Amino acid sequence: MNYSIICYIIGWILNFEALFMTLPCLTALIYQEHSGWSFFLTAMFCLLLGIPLVQKKPKNKIFYTKEGFVTVALSWIILSIMGSLPFLLGGAISNPIDALFETVSGFTTTGASILSEVESLPRCMLMWRSFTHWIGGMGVLVFLLCLLPLTGGGGYHMNLMKAESPGPSVTKLVPQVQSTAKILYSIYLFLTVLEIIFLLLGGIPIFDALTTAFGTAGTGGFGIKNDSITSYSPYIQYVVTVFMILFGVNFSAYFLIFIRKFGQLFHLEEVRWYFIIILASTGIIAFNIRDLYPTLEETVRHSAFQVASIITTTGFGTTDFDLWPELSRTILVILMFIGACAGSTGGGMKISRFIILLKTVKKELHTYLHPRSVRKIQMDGKVIEHGVVRSTNVYLITYVMIFVFSILLVSLNNHDLITNFTAVAATLNNIGPGLNLVGPTQNFSIFSGGAKLILIFDMLAGRLELFPLLLLFVRETWRKF
Amino acid sequence: MEIIIVGCGKVGRTLAEQLSNEKHNIVIVDLNEKKIQDTAEDMDIMALHGNASSINTLMEAGIETADLLIAVTGSDELNLLCCLIAKKVSACHTIARVRNPVYSKEIGFIKRSLGLSMIINPEHAAAIEISRILRFPSAIKIDTFAKGRVELMKFKIKPEFKLNNMSVTEFGERYKNLILIGAVERGDQVSIPSGSFVLKDNDIVSVIASPVNSALFFNKIGIHTHQVKSTMIVGGGTLSYYLAKILLTMNIRVLIVESDEARCEHLSELLPGATIIHGDGTDKNLLLEEGLTRVESFVTLTNLDEENILLALFAKKITNAKLVSKVNRIAFDDIIEGLDIGSVVYPKYITADYILQYVRAMQNSIGSNVETLYQILDNKAEALEFSIRDDCPFLNTPLADLNIRENLLVACINRNGKILIPRGQDSIQSGDTVIIVTTIKGLNDIRDILKK
Repeated sequence: MNYSIICYIIGWILNFEALFMTLPCLTALIYQEHSGWSFFLTAMFCLLLGIPLVQKKPKNKIFYTKEGFVTVALSWIILSIMGSLPFLLGGAISNPIDALFETVSGFTTTGASILSEVESLPRCMLMWRSFTHWIGGMGVLVFLLCLLPLTGGGGYHMNLMKAESPGPSVTKLVPQVQSTAKILYSIYLFLTVLEIIFLLLGGIPIFDALTTAFGTAGTGGFGIKNDSITSYSPYIQYVVTVFMILFGVNFSAYFLIFIRKFGQLFHLEEVRWYFIIILASTGIIAFNIRDLYPTLEETVRHSAFQVASIITTTGFGTTDFDLWPELSRTILVILMFIGACAGSTGGGMKISRFIILLKTVKKELHTYLHPRSVRKIQMDGKVIEHGVVRSTNVYLITYVMIFVFSILLVSLNNHDLITNFTAVAATLNNIGPGLNLVGPTQNFSIFSGGAKLILIFDMLAGRLELFPLLLLFVRETWRKF
Repeated sequence: MEIIIVGCGKVGRTLAEQLSNEKHNIVIVDLNEKKIQDTAEDMDIMALHGNASSINTLMEAGIETADLLIAVTGSDELNLLCCLIAKKVSACHTIARVRNPVYSKEIGFIKRSLGLSMIINPEHAAAIEISRILRFPSAIKIDTFAKGRVELMKFKIKPEFKLNNMSVTEFGERYKNLILIGAVERGDQVSIPSGSFVLKDNDIVSVIASPVNSALFFNKIGIHTHQVKSTMIVGGGTLSYYLAKILLTMNIRVLIVESDEARCEHLSELLPGATIIHGDGTDKNLLLEEGLTRVESFVTLTNLDEENILLALFAKKITNAKLVSKVNRIAFDDIIEGLDIGSVVYPKYITADYILQYVRAMQNSIGSNVETLYQILDNKAEALEFSIRDDCPFLNTPLADLNIRENLLVACINRNGKILIPRGQDSIQSGDTVIIVTTIKGLNDIRDILKK
């Protein structure tokens, strides 16, 4: 294990976290809030730790898959711990575990909160909560890759990218990882700015526009109002719906638009299925809840908003879907697991994994009919390598095991099964609200400290796609040889 | 003795050369006419062209009167068949080389039912040798005598040992005669040192001691004596399999790099405890990624000598790991020795050594008293173990009073399992086994240590 380079990168992560905290500091300045100091102090503390770490450039720049995964996992943990300090210092949240839960929920773009009441929080805190979504959405190490020539090239960058980017396999858009990272962040930034403009056109204050846009872009879901998006105008709700769906699309689709390869765009099976699932779910739910709302427009709007919010794993709400009929609630729970496209900012299992898994099932059935047949699984017109198929299967199994084990541990709190099940589903898939006691109008403060730690683990595991985090617990990772 | 050697490969030739030097009558049989002719021209032996599994050829070679048949062709089955047929027509001893791991599990049964005297598996023997080196990484080579009670260890004097300019007498005093310097190599020169001999840095010294004392000694001069904890093996052949199997039982972590995928899968079935890496062992990045810089020992066992040496040289540059390389070709051993790449293992030598030991021991029953024999220091010296019988003429005579030959050292006396490093006043007694280190070849009896 090359510890020197890991420390070096973590040093930069701390420095960047200090940089990120200037935004809430500015917010505090503008709104004259005292709790801005807590951000300033934390930023200084980050720099105090970070600057010495980056002073010495590591001699050994070799950086393998192992280092990549460990760096990413450690970075996210440290990022979350540091990010939780302002909540504690500012007195907004008194319990350290609660503060950590809130921050992890932010960075992992989950949006599950332990606060029952957010409107009384200082604006700088609200800004930080939403901004963590934006940072966590595309990934902080990808951000690092944009700006720093970290490991002196040699393909080592890819190991960081592999660990942080969601999806069964990572595709580079352009030959160089650094350029790929830059393109991804450019698309991200462009879409975010576009949403802010559209939101401002709807006539909401700039603070609301910024925080809502950050929450949407990262597919996070922290709102600045107790009722999330409900009290905004239908126009705003439509804008948020559209942008949630847009941020759940594989970003390579935008790159294809950018380089004008529209032909290839239609070959993206994942994106096609993504839209089909959204349309079908919206249709079924709208039909199912037709009696609950006065007009067709409202029915469709709520239905579409909730579907988009859940499938992209954002977690905003315009209505309490916990009151909907069973069919609609069940569809939403299923959507929680499906999640968004690979290579987007959304969480969940990712549609591409489901496509691969379904095709494996189809292939298996085919093998029963023709025992000697040779058949390769294809997606987007390309053959899926056996390694990817295998790792997808293993991913599913690991996912289920973590899921079941988490439910078991959380059940110690003696809440009902739907609450526990959806609480784990909502955190492991980085969504936010679940059903029953953790429904859209409720929050996660009902759980004990231990259960919260389990859910924190689930959120990180879900965001980092299980394996980087699990690798930290393998003895072999830390052994010299 | 009358000895028939079947198979004129490298092992067969080495054996023929050694045994004919020791005044045995050798008949060598092979199917390859060219090889047979070459061998006959090089050595003072009889060479016979023919198939040794045919009774006629064997008769022609004189199987009926032969004392020993050694079958070392490339084919296990042919070797076994030769021995089986020979056994039917003669009362000779038979030695077969059998290398297939499938047979190695059933070796006891085969040996018993075919009436073989000895089965030698070169890869297995080499694996045991390497595992012994890894158990004690400071030594270049370790041999054992007296059923493991005495070790002969070869190591290089480095400046930090502070042994430079020390005479052998001083050395003996400082280490309380627990340990004895058996031989010293300086450049090409091999000497059996007397008390006045002065050690220098970079000498390669062979010491003789019991395992406990040798560990004490190495601790004193500041070499860590712990066995290695991890090994990276390049090449996944039979030798690697045997080695990994031994190492895993010693709780050493094993990582094998092998380029053939099917072989990798097979190895992972055979060795569930080892990490098997499918990749080109000469890929520098792969080795680095798998932690070459952190591993405690690095063993190169590919089929290409050049690759093994090159990898060892590369590893020497970037790590302090104990290096072991396998070299098949024995012709260039002096050059390889000069490269200073840790331990080099020659499976062919090991095979020949094992067989020679057997031949010496067999002769023992006829007239010689050699129990074990090691060719040490590139065959420039031998370490022999004699058992002493009542008919030895100098029982109970202090060694100082004996007129012992030059370049010969009574290194160790094993008296009822107790190991003595002999001094002038000690004497040899009946029932002892005695270890002699010498550059004189062909000692057959304990009497030969005296000047004539």
